[in-house]
Amino acid sequence: MEIKENNILLHKMFHIEGGDFKTAGSISDHVKKILSEAGFPNKIIRRISIATFEAEMNVICYATRGDLSLFITPTFLKIVVEDEGKGIPDVNLAMSEGYSTADEKIRELGFGAGMGLPNIKKNADEMILTSKFRQGTHLEFIIYLDRQETQLPFE
Amino acid sequence: MILKEVKDILNAEVVSGDHDLEKEIKCAFAAELLSDVLALAQEGALLITGFTHSQVVYAADLANLCAILFIKGKRPSEETKQLAVQKKIPLLTTSFMMFEACGLLYEYGLKTCAIQTENGNKGK
Repeated sequence: MEIKENNILLHKMFHIEGGDFKTAGSISDHVKKILSEAGFPNKIIRRISIATFEAEMNVICYATRGDLSLFITPTFLKIVVEDEGKGIPDVNLAMSEGYSTADEKIRELGFGAGMGLPNIKKNADEMILTSKFRQGTHLEFIIYLDRQETQLPFE
Repeated sequence: MILKEVKDILNAEVVSGDHDLEKEIKCAFAAELLSDVLALAQEGALLITGFTHSQVVYAADLANLCAILFIKGKRPSEETKQLAVQKKIPLLTTSFMMFEACGLLYEYGLKTCAIQTENGNKGK
């Protein structure tokens, strides 16, 4: 998953403020716009947009702040999200469907069903999630451009 | 079914996107959770929901849904409306409750388009 510097066609970084529910979705919207203008296939844009929205919501819901980066390379698209905040004590548990630590406020906004991380995994070709409890979380995922048909390579 | 038929069946009011009533609706998906919309709704679906924050428009746009129908007379904020206009996603509101709205559309032939869930049945 390492990207050689000369292979990056575009790198764009967005800042996300934790708890900023008002603008939630705007960064994913921006990512979608960039990819649409670049002319990527709809199917790929849909998958990465959905995964990015889930990742953006996670920072807003659970972290203090974070940065979301979009990388475009000739062979894959990659999103990297680095946040500062409470982190995830048990990453495996967080990956299981239905597990959630969301509070009332998050649920009111239609999130917090414990579907976010599994849904990122479902839409991505590769996903890495690491976290330091009480420090922050690192998430990255990749969608390959040359294997659009394979929806669930890791299932 | 086209969006205008949905409007007529449910006596719905078009909140925004008047000019888009000829849009073809192949299937529908009902949810109060955006997580469900993002995980399960198929492209081109009509989203039936009571959720009116602007995030519903972002979710619908990112998942390529074609229109949003609010139930039990819920009305979106000005902000939600503006975003929907920008994203070209028509918004409708009906005074029917969720169950009735879904039931009526189903009766008139509109089908579900939820993607198969892990332990559930495939929607047909």
